Amino acid sequence: MAASTDTLERESKLQGLGSSRLRKEDARFIRGRGTYVDDIKLPGMLFGAMVRSPYAHARIKSIDKSKALAVPGVVAVLTADDLKPVKLHWMPTLGGDVQAVLADKKVCFQMQEVAMVIAGDRYSAADGAELVEVDYEELPAIVDPHKSMTPDAPIIREDIADKDNVGHGPRTHPNHIFTWEAGDKAGVDATFAGAEVTVREEILNPRVHPCPLETCGCVASFDKPTGQLTVYLTSQAPHLVRTVVAMLSGIPESKIRIVGGDIGGGFGNKVPVYPGYVVAIVASIVTGVPIKWIESRIDNISTTGFARDYHGVGELAADKDGRIKALRFTALADHGAFNSHVSATKLPAGLFSICTGSYAIPKAYARVDAVYTNKAPGGVAYRCSLRVTEAVYLIERMIDVLAQKLGLDKAEIRRRNFVKAEQFPYTTALGWTLDSGNYHGALDKVLKAVDYDGLRKEQAEKRARGELMGIGISTFTEIVGAGPTKVCDILGIGLFDSCDIRVNPTGSAIARLGTMSQGQGHATTYAQIIATELGLSSDEIQIEEGDTDKAPYGAGTWGSRSTPVGGAAAAMAARKIRAKAQKIAAHLLEVGEGDLEWEVDRFKVKGNPSQAKTMKDIAMAAHTSNLPDGMEKGLDATEYYDPPNMTFPFGAYVCVVDIDRHTGEPKVRRFYALDDCGTRINPMIIEGQIHGGLTEAFAVAFGQAIPFDENGNHLGNSLMDYFLPTAVETPHWETDHTVTPSPHHPIGAKGVAESPHVGGIPCFSNAVVDAFAHLGVTHMDMPHTSYRVWQQCKALGLNER
Amino acid sequence: MATKQAVSFKLNGKAVDVVVEPRELLIHTLRERLQHTGPHIGCETTHCGACTVDLDGMSVKSCTVLTVQCQDSEMLTIEGFEQGGALHALQESFHEQHGLQCGFCTPGMITRAYRLLKENPNPSEEEIRYWMAGNLCRCTGYQNIVKAVQHAAKKLAAAAA
Amino acid sequence: MIPREFEYHAPKSVQDALGLLAQLGDEAKLLAGGHSLLPMMKMRFAQPGHLIDLGRIAELKGIREENGTIRVGAMTTENELIWSKLLQDKCPLLVEGARLISDPQVRYKGTIGGDISHGDPGNDHPALMLALGASFVLRSAAGERVVPADGFFVGTYDTLMKPDEIMTEIRIPVPAPGTGYCYAKLKRKVGDFATAAAAVTLRIRGGAVQDVAIALTNVGPTPLKARAAEDSLRGKPLSDASIVAAAGLAMNICDPAADQRGDAEYKTAMAGEMTQRALHTARERAGR
Repeated sequence: MAASTDTLERESKLQGLGSSRLRKEDARFIRGRGTYVDDIKLPGMLFGAMVRSPYAHARIKSIDKSKALAVPGVVAVLTADDLKPVKLHWMPTLGGDVQAVLADKKVCFQMQEVAMVIAGDRYSAADGAELVEVDYEELPAIVDPHKSMTPDAPIIREDIADKDNVGHGPRTHPNHIFTWEAGDKAGVDATFAGAEVTVREEILNPRVHPCPLETCGCVASFDKPTGQLTVYLTSQAPHLVRTVVAMLSGIPESKIRIVGGDIGGGFGNKVPVYPGYVVAIVASIVTGVPIKWIESRIDNISTTGFARDYHGVGELAADKDGRIKALRFTALADHGAFNSHVSATKLPAGLFSICTGSYAIPKAYARVDAVYTNKAPGGVAYRCSLRVTEAVYLIERMIDVLAQKLGLDKAEIRRRNFVKAEQFPYTTALGWTLDSGNYHGALDKVLKAVDYDGLRKEQAEKRARGELMGIGISTFTEIVGAGPTKVCDILGIGLFDSCDIRVNPTGSAIARLGTMSQGQGHATTYAQIIATELGLSSDEIQIEEGDTDKAPYGAGTWGSRSTPVGGAAAAMAARKIRAKAQKIAAHLLEVGEGDLEWEVDRFKVKGNPSQAKTMKDIAMAAHTSNLPDGMEKGLDATEYYDPPNMTFPFGAYVCVVDIDRHTGEPKVRRFYALDDCGTRINPMIIEGQIHGGLTEAFAVAFGQAIPFDENGNHLGNSLMDYFLPTAVETPHWETDHTVTPSPHHPIGAKGVAESPHVGGIPCFSNAVVDAFAHLGVTHMDMPHTSYRVWQQCKALGLNER
Repeated sequence: MATKQAVSFKLNGKAVDVVVEPRELLIHTLRERLQHTGPHIGCETTHCGACTVDLDGMSVKSCTVLTVQCQDSEMLTIEGFEQGGALHALQESFHEQHGLQCGFCTPGMITRAYRLLKENPNPSEEEIRYWMAGNLCRCTGYQNIVKAVQHAAKKLAAAAA
Repeated sequence: MIPREFEYHAPKSVQDALGLLAQLGDEAKLLAGGHSLLPMMKMRFAQPGHLIDLGRIAELKGIREENGTIRVGAMTTENELIWSKLLQDKCPLLVEGARLISDPQVRYKGTIGGDISHGDPGNDHPALMLALGASFVLRSAAGERVVPADGFFVGTYDTLMKPDEIMTEIRIPVPAPGTGYCYAKLKRKVGDFATAAAAVTLRIRGGAVQDVAIALTNVGPTPLKARAAEDSLRGKPLSDASIVAAAGLAMNICDPAADQRGDAEYKTAMAGEMTQRALHTARERAGR
């Protein structure tokens, strides 16, 4: 039966699931009334400025604070020796290691935190920081991770030199962190030995930085009389930060309040706990006044939360028709001087084992060796789940390499290897169960939309004229929504998430979640999920996150986990409320629960639709005496959602790039992105997330890298060199979608914001390499700057006129 | 200590007097002394444009302007856009076209777009991209920002007609 | 990213500024648009004891034509150059060059005089000035002198300007009608300095090159005037082959420093490529 106009009208008024509802967050941002951490100003607040090491590896012989302390306005200078009495000179990392809060006897990377100057304002703090005199004895530095484990390599981490394990299994060298492997090595080796065709390529994911527009920072405020610590902090995971701070400081978690506030972008940069936060907290405890620490952009790129630095080797074995029989991917992971890689405890290489991609590959083996170097610590997931970009980049590049070897079309080879729609749920050779997909359908839709055959024809004509045009394809599968607590924990805490909903008597509601928006629009989209579940207008549903005193515990927003985990918690909490509401409605209508059916915003009596109670009626009733016998008052529910599986968004992208062979400039002429994120909550926001993710992918593919010289000195750590594209460089994006709901998620949603980044990067690289494919080029490492592409042109003699 | 100087200017139509060290950067005066925290600090090296304010008819990056340079000037920041409870067309358009996500670049973007539309009331997409290229955004990929500026241009033209 | 302390002065006239300069000596720096100096001060690479702000001196502003010469006040901003009807009509090379400088906000503050007198080989106006045959008016308490752009740039951050002098005006001979021109600039992104750039002015009469000027940005310690390349083209018809040859001669004088934009080989090659492109475009734009 067709829905009545009335029903449709009521449904559209809710602005629930599927509506391109405008964002609730915007009201404050367009007025300049956001509350970012640097906007926080507390009475008596002092300002901390970090003194950082000019060397990548050096012993600290002495630190002289006297000149700094003489600067008017300077209150204190803190060094490791000052933190030692409270045992806060070292801290645990999210990777199972420890990290120096302030350098303890030696520095292990350039710009490492050595001292913090506390002063009345940022001007005197800066003056003081310049005058802290540190006497260093420089040591040889390791920059190339391939040299970390040579017999004569200098030992970077003397503090753990004699430990045979730093959290993830046996170590074989003082600069070795862990070796992780997955899959059937012997079986894979045997398949490779007997394979008709094999391909191998060395593929680098360079060291990059998420570089949100707001840097990291905090305001720590310890109230001595009450022992209460409040920290306003740029964190994507405030609850985890609270736990770490409690473990570190010994302050009961109940007396610590972390407030996320508004966050000016995160992209993974704001997951870890950084030394600056800890020193600010200690300084506040010591001085009894609030301390603000805000990093500069150069500090940000140099020291907090780099990503990638995976030196990979990809190998595929296949038959003559291009059907992949086995995969062997390895990576040497440069984790810098401390292993503060954000990873689940049991997954030191993150979700790298998603590297079988969208393909039915019978046998697979993956291995990651992580080492220390004299570079900044990190290894955050830059707009991706943990190590997923690295994995997807390898498989999406390698399938192109295989196609080239066999002379097969790059779309055709994908079709031959895709997991078929009828095979889902599909368990990969490395153990992940892909929940749902329609890979053939997505690729076919995209190829048709861009006239793929026409593009290939144009390319052939251009090649005949000596012009360089590349067509890149990426048919990626992401893994997001960490995750099932049996697989995923950080510091022992399972990666569930939570939602607490309270419905008010007049039918409005407030929901609090353990996630933390950094621009994703949670206040808008979570309300839509709840609106549809409860039949209440999303405009009357308030969303709160990020204040640990208010929100239920959750692991935060990273790894596209908000919709898969937080969104699921919201739906499930709402369903608890609806179940209670149904009982109340049955009581009010004097019928059995089974006689009722739900319609948009009300329970109605089957066969007698005029007999109905709206959720608003029920909300009021829930606060009266007229309830079923024994029923608690109120209409509230809390859900701690432990997902049964990850979700697996996918997509098919095509990129067309023209290359100027005389300058090396690559120009993205067209980019068509089809994403399937399952059920779509807010199409407008999804499209915005895809635009942003593609732009960050573009930045990584075409310009981002953190370069060092052989002594470990930074060669480009300001926005002069670090590539953040402007509106001029950024291409125009075309977006499209299919909808293949997740079968295990309460509303079938999968998460979307990272897909364009993860799937976009290989698409760009595939396009650039494809431009040279007819000349025998099988791989070019990122970033594809004009300079680097020109070098490829030159090697082929293409730059000459 | 260097001699502090008294500086007077108009901020969003109101007279303001501050006494600052010569080295004080305008962005700090606005944010720390005058509680105008709409303009943000994103890079401190004149690249990102998050600190953009309108100074005597120019879009400037207030991290690279000394407050002492602003004597007798007229300044507009994001806080001055809403007039009598009514949003400016640019504020409405950024909201309606989903031209913002984390919101950190937004005050600078809107302030820059304001001056652009004063100078070119009907810019093409290419002109918007060129004349807005001093403002970085990490979230939106600029596509909806372009749409928002065009949308605002139409609104302003309609209002003027 | 906070500058050290300094004293600030805002004279209202060139005379007052010169007086301050004489009085404060080496301790003082002139502040024009500030978009090179202030970032260096914030990094504490530069730490003048005194800043003399030229921003309030009205006589340093403006663009006008006088007896076949365009006179641009040194404190004229990039956007004022871009929007100048006079320059659009009579000296479009300067407009094209200014449009490629940094970003919109910087162009509101950045000045032509500041860009030239900073002596940074990465700045764009020096090569434009060389290609336009400009000269600079330098004033000190002792008087005024006019020096040609050609020879003004001595080394990196080093020019003929003396510490007691202020650049007051840029003088550009109005290019003859039909002069072809182009500023071809390769950069990584908006806001970046050139990887390499070439400024060209070109006059063609009777099928032959009557005059040509070629100047290069950011491929040596100073902007470079590509004399041999110019000489190779003068008096002859301009052909694709002669353009390639001229670009080769231009490349011979390049001595760029390697950085994230590329190594010396790439930058030199790009100087050649930009020279070719600028010559091709100038040829298209030149009257016959």
